[in-house]
Amino acid sequence: MTSCYIHSAVSISAQKSFEVEQLELVEISGEKVEALAPNYKDFISPMALRRMATGVKMGVAAASKALQNANINEPNAILTGTGMGCIEDTEKFLNSIIANDEAFLTPTSFIQSTHNTVGAQIALGLQSKAYNNTYVHGALSFESALLDGLLMVQNEETNNVLVGGIDELGTEFVDNVRMMEDQNPNGIKVPIGEGASFFVLSSEKKHNGVELLGIKTFSKLSIHSLQDALIAFLSHHHLKPDSIDVLILGNNGDSFDDYYEEVSKAFPQETTNLSYKQFCGEFYTASAFGLFLGFEILKSQQIPEGLLQYKAQKTSLKTILLYNQFKGRDHSFILLRQC
Amino acid sequence: MSELKQELKEKIIDILNLEDLSPSDIEDNDALFGDGLGLDSIDALELIVMLDKDFGIQLTDPKKGKEIFKSISVLADYIAEHRKK
Amino acid sequence: MPSTEKNNANRGVAITGMGIISAIGNTLEDNRLSLLSSQSGIGDVTQIKTKQASQIKVGEVKLTNDELIDQLNLLKDNNFTRTALLGLVAAKEAVKNSGISMDDSVETGFISATSVGGMDKTEIHLKEFPSKKETQKYISSHHAGDSTQKIADALGINGFVTTISTACSSAANAIMLGARMITSGQLDRVIVGGSDALSKFTINGFKTLMILSDEVCAPFDADRKGLNLGEAAAYLVLESDEMTKNKNVLAYLTGYGNANDAFHQTASSETGEGAFLAMQKALQVADLKSSDINYVNAHGTATPNNDLSESVALTRIFGEPMSDFSSTKSFTGHTLAAAGAIEAVFAVMSLQEQIVWPNLNFKSKIEETGLKPTTTLKNKHIQNVLSNSFGFGGNCSTLIFSKR
Repeated sequence: MTSCYIHSAVSISAQKSFEVEQLELVEISGEKVEALAPNYKDFISPMALRRMATGVKMGVAAASKALQNANINEPNAILTGTGMGCIEDTEKFLNSIIANDEAFLTPTSFIQSTHNTVGAQIALGLQSKAYNNTYVHGALSFESALLDGLLMVQNEETNNVLVGGIDELGTEFVDNVRMMEDQNPNGIKVPIGEGASFFVLSSEKKHNGVELLGIKTFSKLSIHSLQDALIAFLSHHHLKPDSIDVLILGNNGDSFDDYYEEVSKAFPQETTNLSYKQFCGEFYTASAFGLFLGFEILKSQQIPEGLLQYKAQKTSLKTILLYNQFKGRDHSFILLRQC
Repeated sequence: MSELKQELKEKIIDILNLEDLSPSDIEDNDALFGDGLGLDSIDALELIVMLDKDFGIQLTDPKKGKEIFKSISVLADYIAEHRKK
Repeated sequence: MPSTEKNNANRGVAITGMGIISAIGNTLEDNRLSLLSSQSGIGDVTQIKTKQASQIKVGEVKLTNDELIDQLNLLKDNNFTRTALLGLVAAKEAVKNSGISMDDSVETGFISATSVGGMDKTEIHLKEFPSKKETQKYISSHHAGDSTQKIADALGINGFVTTISTACSSAANAIMLGARMITSGQLDRVIVGGSDALSKFTINGFKTLMILSDEVCAPFDADRKGLNLGEAAAYLVLESDEMTKNKNVLAYLTGYGNANDAFHQTASSETGEGAFLAMQKALQVADLKSSDINYVNAHGTATPNNDLSESVALTRIFGEPMSDFSSTKSFTGHTLAAAGAIEAVFAVMSLQEQIVWPNLNFKSKIEETGLKPTTTLKNKHIQNVLSNSFGFGGNCSTLIFSKR
């Protein structure tokens, strides 16, 4: 089985995370927060850009940059994960149907609403005929795409796999989601966010590179079985809790944060615990931003300004475990290690 | 007729989201599809809806669109002849 | 979890069970009987109120949501969308058909596919969400992963579960991922397939593309007018070779290929490049020559664009003589994300019955390519069936099913 390395990681988010030398994170607040848009014209032709909604623009630009940073012209596979798909165009088309009672409808927003539009537009822009897949499974959308990519590199001798997670806010559905969360005292506290994070996976080892050791997902896991599942995952990779230097956790302020506490308990006190959704917001593919942070930490051997809440007791920054879940289900463990 | 042509240029820019263009950038006889303005089959469908909604002209065969949408001049002529609104 | 992650490309992928619900039948056997009697299920839309009704024909499942809820014994107050209901019916049948039990210690995964997701409910209730409490349960059921989660939960599958959505090639990709999870040793068993319900959203969406026919569709016909939308769900139980020692294996999934046409968001290229590459890859994985294929279940949506493009690709792969081929979409309509799965079931049935399914409503060949599909039930020796599914966004997928 071949090892898998991450050659590049790019993120468009509510933070200044795209094309920056040094990451400085600033907590966000509010009901929902938009991502900071780069200059899309640098990456996408005007004729293509005119039809694109936020998610497609973010995805194509981030994918483009990830390939650039990895020195790749054409990937051998394009894998995307998105929880809500192209919700902007979905809302547009649906509202036209409702407002005009099915008359005088135009095709563009319907065509752009299919979940695989980001992956398709990336392929079109690159004229890439390679394997192309889109995963749409809530908080496991990105992880599913990442697992597909990992399988390819490990078992199928495919190199240079482009993997990304994208979600856009939209304008209407998100307000209903926010309303439901706010009605519930145990609901999500961080803003609802949006973003696109893309990575290039490769079997080529690089000095001071980042290795993607493994990933495991569980549709359902009780809080009582969580630690056992975690230990089993670590030991499958010949690791124990004290081998982990940093835990990157997906706390969003709701009552299911208990799951993160439970995981944290399995690790020694000195393990650095980081949470990130107060910087990018909560959305189905927010964990891709988490992976971007993990990559940045291992590459720079530093924890970005603003991310660390307490003084880190462990100085080693070699092995990182990411854990995410949503409403008590869709659990994922991702293991990273510095080469 | 020139009023109609101006109107069509404005509509096309608006409906097809050609943000970077202004009506003066589109010549009356420029090819709209293929090598000219670079519009495609999805744009043709959008324009077919415009013909129905704004001018009451119903095109049932999408392939006819290619001839009618050749240029602003051709389109204006067609609309002048067939419009119901 | 399998004790070691084996990288064994020789790990065969066996199909040990299937389940299906479509316009031509609510069960596996009903579907089979309809195919055997050339009985199409396409007709007028009855369960959705749409202004387009008089201008379209669809492949509706002949059960209402209430009837499906009753059949599944669900609580009256549930938030199952029609996509989830259809999916659960088919998935349950697949499990029963295979004889597997979730109580045994085999880790079973579930990979589903959908494009509509919960839209059939969202389109009705969107404007009511802010004010009508009783509709709010459908907010969380909108996203594409919801029906998958519901089906996995009902079946008792808690481990690897995911959803693929690549338009009309979705279920084929789900089946393909399932196969790779088995050949790579990640899973010993996985249930794969897809579900899509009819919706006002898709009916109107396809109407704007001007590719719907107001008659029953005629795939590969020179005068074809467009497609009929359909709804359906189908699942297959895939197991690794070692798991099938004392089991009845229905067929084997021996080849698969996924490629992108990279030509246009909705139209296929003139040379059918994506389709060609997908078929080529599938043949490579199966280690077969095109002449080894005895029947092609084509994507064949009956749109002017697809059937021409696919014909060109078929000619490039098969040359002369062209394999026996047909599109079963004149039976079921185009079931979007579920198509790859229901047509996989039809491919396996073809192997079981040793019959090529007829391409209904064909009258004359497409001029540019001159291909003639099989138009009546044809008995022949069938060892390998190739099935195509091509979607918007250039997503092209091909599967090959074989007897061993």
